[in-house]
Amino acid sequence: MEYLKLLGIAIIVIGFTFKWDTTAVVVVAALATGFLSGMSIPDLLSTLGKSFVDNRMVSLFFLTLPMIGLVETNGLKQVAVNAIQRLKKLTPSRILNLYLLIREVANVFGISLSGQVQFVRPLIQPMVQAAAGANQKLTDKQIELTKARSAAVDNLGNFFAQNLFVASGSVLLIASTMQSLGHKVDTMQIVTASIPIAIVSLVVGMIYNILFDRNFKLKGDKKND
Amino acid sequence: MINTILTVMYVLIGFMMALAAIGSFQDKQNPARLGTGTFWTLLAITFAFGSYIPSAIVGVMIVIIGILALFKQIKVGHVEAVDIKHATAAATHLGAWVFMPSVVLAVVSVGIAQFTDMGGQVGIGIGAVVSLIAAIILTHAGTKTVYKDTQRMVRSVGAAGVLPQLLATLGAVFTAAGVGDLTAKLIAGVFPAGSHLGGVILYCVAMAVFTAIMGNAFAAFAVITAAIGVPFVIAQGGSVAVVAAIGMTSGYCGTLLTPMAANFNSLPVALMEMKDEMGVIKQQAPLAIILLVVQIGLMYFLAF
Repeated sequence: MEYLKLLGIAIIVIGFTFKWDTTAVVVVAALATGFLSGMSIPDLLSTLGKSFVDNRMVSLFFLTLPMIGLVETNGLKQVAVNAIQRLKKLTPSRILNLYLLIREVANVFGISLSGQVQFVRPLIQPMVQAAAGANQKLTDKQIELTKARSAAVDNLGNFFAQNLFVASGSVLLIASTMQSLGHKVDTMQIVTASIPIAIVSLVVGMIYNILFDRNFKLKGDKKND
Repeated sequence: MINTILTVMYVLIGFMMALAAIGSFQDKQNPARLGTGTFWTLLAITFAFGSYIPSAIVGVMIVIIGILALFKQIKVGHVEAVDIKHATAAATHLGAWVFMPSVVLAVVSVGIAQFTDMGGQVGIGIGAVVSLIAAIILTHAGTKTVYKDTQRMVRSVGAAGVLPQLLATLGAVFTAAGVGDLTAKLIAGVFPAGSHLGGVILYCVAMAVFTAIMGNAFAAFAVITAAIGVPFVIAQGGSVAVVAAIGMTSGYCGTLLTPMAANFNSLPVALMEMKDEMGVIKQQAPLAIILLVVQIGLMYFLAF
């Protein structure tokens, strides 16, 4: 039965959907696929081992961890927080857009902030809420909106600029997978091909945020200046 | 020359993983410390000596890692947190200079990739070493601090850090087993290959949908690119870099839409005590759809 070897795909889909341990799911799927496609056990183990060693380049980003650890212990997060706190007295959309820009630029330099925990919850969302409520008492629904939007902006900035950094996990995974599939491609070519969508996501996100201001009364905007 | 540098880089990663193994074995508070230590030890061996030991032995090591994971014996454990007092003091002292090593990393790695013929991977390795030296000079860090931070970072990345490599491995096994060819044949029965636009739409939408189902774009990429991206777009003459890069980011549109991506869409709901479990996704949905359409257009116009 030729189709049996597709069971590996099913294992991946089911395993990830039901949140089983991801490492175990991937190893089991690989073993099942090889086994059901008629490989002998020694062949299967060799294929698995060789593929793993051939794909070590995907984990090259480990090399950047000592440097990132050092700058983290020396106030990387604190400096970023100080910079963002200077943005008081802005409209919600401007705070969100500056954060989106910072998030995308940081991605270009491979600085991946753990955004939701370190920035959105303690900093961005409270600032957006304060700016939105400058001239009115916010309803629960409006507060909920500021929370949802702040989180959404973090994800947007995180995702679509990731591939602009050559040593990011996603660029390395793309390069390595394409090589295994027999279509070799250089990491820098992937970065270049990712520039348009990074720019589009920034522009679309900014327009989307400007429209967000309509949810609040911000006429006192000018009075504050 | 390039191969020698790459080998040295893999030995360095192996060394870092060995440090994580030592830290994990010593972590008395981790109930799974033996499993976690073994996990890092096996990885350290495959990285440092992978090219010299028989593939089948590496295969056995991967299977052992899978078994450890299956029985929940790989855990991050207790990792020392960043000392906030020290970090705050350093932040006042360093100011924006704290970003300097990251900029050095980006500039050196891109510079080597662009202006030498050693390629992107060697660039990352040299960039990482140069930026680490820059960070050491900037922060006056001693060997002990570097050791502590390296160990802390590698251990907190944990098993999730090797997941991309495991997924790439799975992709390679799929190829060896002919899974891509078979699915392509199956899909071709329903959806004939040949139309450029049709192939692009099929690939981008499939990436988004499978990512939404699995909650992980990396996993979807290995599967869908073999099954659809290559036969329906690349084999029709599409540029490999454009198709692969935009294929991955099309997957991210799926991430924006799914409660399966708990880290991104459920974590903030919990963190901010939101009432609507789907609140973040509702804010993201219009963006996801617009960006998916844009990417279909981009891939169609840029790849051919």
